[in-house]
Amino acid sequence: MQHLINRVSDPMQLTGAEIVVHCLREEGVEYVFGYPGGAVLNIYDEIFKQDAFRHILVRHEQAAVHAADAYARCTLKPGVCLVTSGPGVTNAVTGIATAHMDSIPMVVITGQVPTHAIGQDAFQECDTVGITRPIVKHNFLVSDVKDLAETMKKAFFIATTGRPGVVLVDIPKDVTQAVCDFEYPKTIEMRSYKPVGAADPGDIDRAVELILSAKRPMVYAGGGVILSGAAEKLAELVRGTGYPCTNTLMGLGAYPATDKQFVGMLGMHGTYEANMAMQLCDVLIAVGARFDDRVIGNPKHFFDPNRKIIHIDIDPSSISKRVKVDVAIVGNVALVLDAINSKLKAAKAKPDAEALANWWAQIEQWRGRDCLKFDRSSPIIKPQAVVEKLYEVTNGDAYITSDVGQHQMWAAQFYKFDKPLRWINSGGLGTMGVGLPYAMGVQFAHPDATVACVTGEASIQMCIQELSTCRQYHLPLKIVSLNNRYMGMVRQWQEFFYGNRYSESYMDALPDFVKLAESFGHVGMLIEKPEDIDGAMREAFKLKDRLVFMDFRTDQTENVYPMVPGGKGLSEMILV
Amino acid sequence: MRHIISLLMENESGALSRVAGLFSARNYNIESLTVAPTEDPTLSRMTIVTSGSDDVIEQITKQLNKLVDVVSLVDLTEGAHIERELMLVKVRAKGADQREEMKRMADIFRGRVIDVTDDTYTIELTGPVTKHDAFLVAIDKAAILETVRTGASGIGRGHRILTVG
Repeated sequence: MQHLINRVSDPMQLTGAEIVVHCLREEGVEYVFGYPGGAVLNIYDEIFKQDAFRHILVRHEQAAVHAADAYARCTLKPGVCLVTSGPGVTNAVTGIATAHMDSIPMVVITGQVPTHAIGQDAFQECDTVGITRPIVKHNFLVSDVKDLAETMKKAFFIATTGRPGVVLVDIPKDVTQAVCDFEYPKTIEMRSYKPVGAADPGDIDRAVELILSAKRPMVYAGGGVILSGAAEKLAELVRGTGYPCTNTLMGLGAYPATDKQFVGMLGMHGTYEANMAMQLCDVLIAVGARFDDRVIGNPKHFFDPNRKIIHIDIDPSSISKRVKVDVAIVGNVALVLDAINSKLKAAKAKPDAEALANWWAQIEQWRGRDCLKFDRSSPIIKPQAVVEKLYEVTNGDAYITSDVGQHQMWAAQFYKFDKPLRWINSGGLGTMGVGLPYAMGVQFAHPDATVACVTGEASIQMCIQELSTCRQYHLPLKIVSLNNRYMGMVRQWQEFFYGNRYSESYMDALPDFVKLAESFGHVGMLIEKPEDIDGAMREAFKLKDRLVFMDFRTDQTENVYPMVPGGKGLSEMILV
Repeated sequence: MRHIISLLMENESGALSRVAGLFSARNYNIESLTVAPTEDPTLSRMTIVTSGSDDVIEQITKQLNKLVDVVSLVDLTEGAHIERELMLVKVRAKGADQREEMKRMADIFRGRVIDVTDDTYTIELTGPVTKHDAFLVAIDKAAILETVRTGASGIGRGHRILTVG
């Protein structure tokens, strides 16, 4: 950095490109994931001259955004990426939308054609702010270098406060060349943006009263618990009351999966016991979750006039969006849980032990249904068995990323996450192709950790080029590909709802994944028999410094159970 | 039900499209939308006329509040308020009878004729949207050549004031 300050006569006079780099340093950014191009060449030149942060060169802009997104998901620090104008931006769009849907704090810096060329249909021009407007928390076009530092400060402030989200800063090339005085604001105030913090004490009192009155309580915790770092506070609530707890797909790890009070994930592929308890409880405590369609199914079927709902969320617009609630608490989940926990401790009333015992007896009966059972004697590899083995071999302590589809659901069901920030997947947008770049982002954030990507042969091909990035940076990822030669979830829907007409869901002409991995300089393994799973997996994880691509040939006909068909209620599950 | 939502937002380029985009992205109705800077040039005041069930209106106000550029917001229809729209109607006015009839109708609706040619009048009306609807029904439909409406602007009555704080 020293040379930057020496380069110009006035130490505070910097170019726009230098300002960008200084701002990132001031924000304590560790990694910038990106891909260079014409409009960002000035910024890349400054990146070349500095060593405050590392730039990670991906092979496609989509992967830069996914990797930055995963970095944020596993550290709760904002992910940062940098792409050029035009196609750089359009390639990044999928990544931006993916992070946006899951409320991930990110700052995306995009190059733009020079201000005088904007609107001229210039080479590599696109309306970045217009294209990304519906898929970001906020975005800026910086048309004057004097606004650059403050805009960067605002971007990090907005991305990381309130309900986190993606903020995009579009910087025309001439702005990166222009010079102005630089001072990075220490704090920022925005009259139009005031993130909420603590909740209304009256709401807390009403919630506590309702919690203690429950006969059939249920705690339903989502990604908001993870994002606000409130897992321990959630555990305090659940353990203190003795109530059952379920996590959403985004909330896995918010409450320890191996704990007796955990009834599994809920939703379309949730456990029988979680879905039944969710449907039939009399007091529902929703914490940082949003009752989305994959969680409660049809809201009309979910509705029960006898069930009281407490909804804790930082975003007022999440409340009463799909489900009417009785006590709405708008606030940071961590602060709200603190307040509830201390009120519960001080309360004279205690949970109704007899009612709770009856409720647990009912839940245990549901649990006895063993809804996740599968054929363990099959001569063909069952995908569930692979995930179970992954859990065993990694001692349940790995960072697991996934793509989207059946393998994602099996990973969610069979890898028991006891800690938050360990399960990295695309919940809201459901983006196939995230798995590998997600694993990259996690491995950069935690260089010594075990990182595995559970994927399928369809998803993995959507960002397969990143095997090259993994080679460049020596990322020892473990790719667990559940290869059933089908787009499994599409095939499952076609089997259930489209009369077994497998329209375009078959993956023909697949590559030889072993050779493919080897061609990138990695290790490839083909595993075709159930008895080989254990040995192969152990061998793969012993290769601490190599990326290993494990191609498991799995049962083509296996389905994810339970399943709540679209438009149905939670208790209307298809069971195995 | 019809609602008039009034908001103050940062007078920044793109702020209008954030609001308009929100309505189309979430499939909300939009009857009219007016916007112009206030006495403080850094702020724009927008009036949106929309309709929907109570649940939808609740979501609209929450989603609008969530936009980073929106400073403050009020649903004017929740309390006493005034709404006004400006309408310009160009009508055929040929021959003494038609000219007199149009002038009389304009007077009844407290409109003014602001442009005159041999065979047309342009009538200016301000008032609530319903008055303008009524005017267009009251005059001979075949005589209407052009209608320009600004959409409603709204303001709270008395001390009901939308401020930055």
